[in-house]
Amino acid sequence: MAKKKKIQSYGIFALLVVLACVFIYPILLVIQNSFKGKLFISNTPFELPNKETFVGVQNYVEGFAKTNFHKSFGYSLFITIFSVLAIVLFTSMTAWYITRVKSKLTSTLYYIFLLSMVVPFQMVMYTMSKLANTIYLDNPVGIIVLYLGFGSGMAVFMFSGFIKGIPVELEEATLIDGCNPIKMFFKVILPVLKPILITVAILDAMWIWNDFLLPYLILGSNYRTIPVAIQYLKSGYGSIDYGQLMAMIVLSLIPIVAFYFACQKHIIEGIVAGAVKG
Amino acid sequence: MQKYYKKYFSIFVLPTLLAYLVAFIIPLVMGVYLSFCKFKTVSDAEFVGLSNYLFVFKDSQGFLHALWFTIKFAVVGILSTNLIAFALAVLLTKKVKGTNIFRTIFFMPNLIGGIVLGYIWQLLLNGILIKIVGADITFSATYGYWGLIILFNWQMIGYLMIIYIAGIQSIPADLFEAAQMDGANGRQRLFKITLPMVMTSITICTFLTLTNSFKMFDQNFALTAGAPAHKTSMLALDIYNTYYGRIGFAGIGQAKAVIFTIILIVFAVIQLRITRAKEVE
Repeated sequence: MAKKKKIQSYGIFALLVVLACVFIYPILLVIQNSFKGKLFISNTPFELPNKETFVGVQNYVEGFAKTNFHKSFGYSLFITIFSVLAIVLFTSMTAWYITRVKSKLTSTLYYIFLLSMVVPFQMVMYTMSKLANTIYLDNPVGIIVLYLGFGSGMAVFMFSGFIKGIPVELEEATLIDGCNPIKMFFKVILPVLKPILITVAILDAMWIWNDFLLPYLILGSNYRTIPVAIQYLKSGYGSIDYGQLMAMIVLSLIPIVAFYFACQKHIIEGIVAGAVKG
Repeated sequence: MQKYYKKYFSIFVLPTLLAYLVAFIIPLVMGVYLSFCKFKTVSDAEFVGLSNYLFVFKDSQGFLHALWFTIKFAVVGILSTNLIAFALAVLLTKKVKGTNIFRTIFFMPNLIGGIVLGYIWQLLLNGILIKIVGADITFSATYGYWGLIILFNWQMIGYLMIIYIAGIQSIPADLFEAAQMDGANGRQRLFKITLPMVMTSITICTFLTLTNSFKMFDQNFALTAGAPAHKTSMLALDIYNTYYGRIGFAGIGQAKAVIFTIILIVFAVIQLRITRAKEVE
């Protein structure tokens, strides 16, 4: 019995190792091809770089220059950080207000916010991009307003669920001490919201960092975020240079992997919390 | 207290509400209205009643094909991702060596954006296809279909697995102990305890995969871009191409988007009804 169990657990382990290799292989393949000349990629991707095909870091240098990758990285970072900050700050305040002030208006607002969670982006993308152009939101600062709008549904929903569980007495005591609600929110409520705040921030950061269609439509080629830059490399420069494409894909993966290893615990917990609430 | 709070509405609610109006509510209302109009720019819209909707259902418009392709994709995508993710979650909760490393690896693809995912798999799949059949993924809709399914599995399995692991770990251990004492074997424990107890996770995961597969755009755009001849266009890509492909067709695109929205909501409600009914309290 014990022996059978041992064999079984080795079997499971072997299966998992094989699967893990399958999961990692596509990324290794991209890395391998990022060091090959562009003519040796699309037809023979599985061959390791050799004397004839190896080009060193040439793809990286040229791809970086062609896409202005540092600028794309800057735009992506700027938009992601400030959009996440805006979402977390403004929607937590909104969620607190519509949870605490019970009226027809606030309960209607709550359901109106939920609406954006079920309506697909294609429903609003055409009219939204026209509107954004008209009112000058088609720049890296303006797009933050749009991300706040699109992110508010899920964030209000998650914050409201959490705030319902916070006892009101805590707030009332502070108000009696002479605080106004704004001060009270930052001093008392915000610290209590920390776990859900991290969850919302991580889910939104992953979404905004990787988002393609919104920056593609709104910012276009004036301010390319990383996914837009990679798309341009594939379609916007005449003949495609697969070597540069592979190299820029590798560069785009580095910040994601770094972020993942730095906050793996929070990401995993955030996803579980987000899924249960959502 | 509530009265005292009320005058702070403009500080607490207004910023979010304004952004939400601009990004979502106004475009939504405009979008529904424009689906009944013919227009080249938003300002010269002319009301044409239901004609956009009737036009959508003409076969040549590609909408029905995209809808059918999306449904086929969703069915296989939902089943394969959930089955594999659940199996992995069961294996990884068995106290195997290196559980954390495996979990880390399986989850990683989920952090990569759809465009990059599409190009990664284009490289790999084209390499295999060129070697075996001498043609790339744009050669046949079947290749594109299975390419998208494989990509979707690679992307979603880790995410679903995390949710299933949390579900399995929340089952009280004494349930398993009691079952073991009563002589239940491994399979009975799986079907009589684990499965019913993780029904909530199943609801969440099928909902996530259903909405994700219907809304899928980036991966489709990067991997096949609809090739060959729009045969692998899913709904979101088909609508995108209708908006931006031909001048004067934005009204048709808007009508397609309204139908898409309704279909998605109907499917999501049906799915939630079915899986919720099986949840145990």
